[in-house]
Amino acid sequence: MNSSISKYFSEMFKAIASLWAGMRITGKYFVSPGEIVTQQYPENRATLKMEERFKGEIIMPHDENNLHACTGCGICEMNCPNGSIEIITNRVPNAEGKPERVIDKHIYHLSMCTFCGLCVKTCPSDALAFGQEFEHAVFDRSHLTKVLNQPGSLLRKEAKK
Amino acid sequence: MSEEIIKDVIIGENEEYIINMGPQHPSTHGVLRFEVCLQGETVKYLIPHIGYIHRGIEKMCEAITYPQIIHLTDRMDYLSAHINNEAVCLCVENALQIEVPERVKYIRTILAELNRIASHQLWWSAFGMDLGALTTFFYGLRDREKILDIFEESFGSRLLHSFIMPGGLMHDVHPNFQKRIKEFIAYFRKKLPEYDQLLTGNIIFQNRSKGIGLMSRETAIAYGVTGPSGRGSGWSCDIRKIAPYSAYDKVQFNEMLETEGDTFARYKVRMREMWESMNILEQLVDNIPEGDYTAKMKPIIKLPVGEYFQRVETARGELAVYIVSDGNKTPYRIKFRTPNFSNLFVMNKITSGYKIADLVAVSGSLDLVIPDIDR
Repeated sequence: MNSSISKYFSEMFKAIASLWAGMRITGKYFVSPGEIVTQQYPENRATLKMEERFKGEIIMPHDENNLHACTGCGICEMNCPNGSIEIITNRVPNAEGKPERVIDKHIYHLSMCTFCGLCVKTCPSDALAFGQEFEHAVFDRSHLTKVLNQPGSLLRKEAKK
Repeated sequence: MSEEIIKDVIIGENEEYIINMGPQHPSTHGVLRFEVCLQGETVKYLIPHIGYIHRGIEKMCEAITYPQIIHLTDRMDYLSAHINNEAVCLCVENALQIEVPERVKYIRTILAELNRIASHQLWWSAFGMDLGALTTFFYGLRDREKILDIFEESFGSRLLHSFIMPGGLMHDVHPNFQKRIKEFIAYFRKKLPEYDQLLTGNIIFQNRSKGIGLMSRETAIAYGVTGPSGRGSGWSCDIRKIAPYSAYDKVQFNEMLETEGDTFARYKVRMREMWESMNILEQLVDNIPEGDYTAKMKPIIKLPVGEYFQRVETARGELAVYIVSDGNKTPYRIKFRTPNFSNLFVMNKITSGYKIADLVAVSGSLDLVIPDIDR
């Protein structure tokens, strides 16, 4: 009888001690606000900077003369696993009068993209890159289909070497 | 007529009745449905119903090339994305008989161990939450964030990396990679004892996990329960030890074994694996050799005709990849033996006779990831 009562109380005190051990940890964080790791997201938008390699979306970098490096070869379209890139090319006669392939539209479906990075990796002329934008919410799905080459942009000639 | 059926099905003989747990139950961590037959509060039997998130990944793989398969394997067991990528890459490299550079092997092993720690941290957070300790969820995710930051800096993505390519890596790791891993190890070595104080020693947690869901070693072998769940029953099934791949033959580490086979044993295996993964990381992180980040590969990969097999140890058990090639640039057939599929079907065996509240503890201790079951 005595042993069962002492067992009952010793178990009770052990339980309280184990709860106290856990509560000490939570109490420590409660009184030390220096350990807070959460970010105030919409408020810190101005200072929020993503990592340099962050895969936000696919972009085609243009220089100050509105020139890009895409030759329209279609390797990115071929390597894309889920068909999120479509390339429409035109044949335009060049200075010597020979027809030459020029991109008309480089269409990118952000809604289908899985960010595997194969298009950026396999592009032979480094025409594609990853952008830092991450707020992709839009009101209509059609806004997620983007044309990557800017209107009136031309192919940079040095890139053809 | 219909009333008779309902009477038969819902309350049968011996006052048995059937309830559904899932497919939207929070403790199944995904869309999984258990058809649970109860007598009072005691589980008589349990039938798992799967397929709610079936995407046909194996069939999709038959239409795409080998480098493109990588990004689909991310989406099976998304918590060990690197290890899944590595499995396919190793299989393709074995088939082509390509020797990847030493630097690639070291980086792959580091990534796999980082991924294992991150996966166990999330499991610890969610397991505590399943058993009513909400605090663990915040503390576990706080520490996991440090690993995700390392991933984001080097590969640009946090969960689904698609970073490992057949023949090597997508690109080289960030210059800060080693420094940040060392910072993380120093940080996490201080934080991991807090996990023990917070949850392992907790009396409520121990009463809910000790002696629950007993799985004998024979059951684990019969059902093919691998990974920490199988090792909790004393079955030595660590592929890193049995058939070392990448740089695992160059590091010293112990296989974590517990013999009790209950929920608490599976818990202890995972907690000790986190310590051991940090030991592996410490051995590797300073010794990454210089060199190329990828072997020389042809632009279009075609495997020779034949059958190829490779297995790796993910955070949840043994993942095996089986490729049948007919010489084309796409596989003729690809089969993934995923760990969670086998781990799930032992549920009926180890929960029968326990109370319905123990079901959550047992399914949490098996650490199921549902997209890996359905694929």
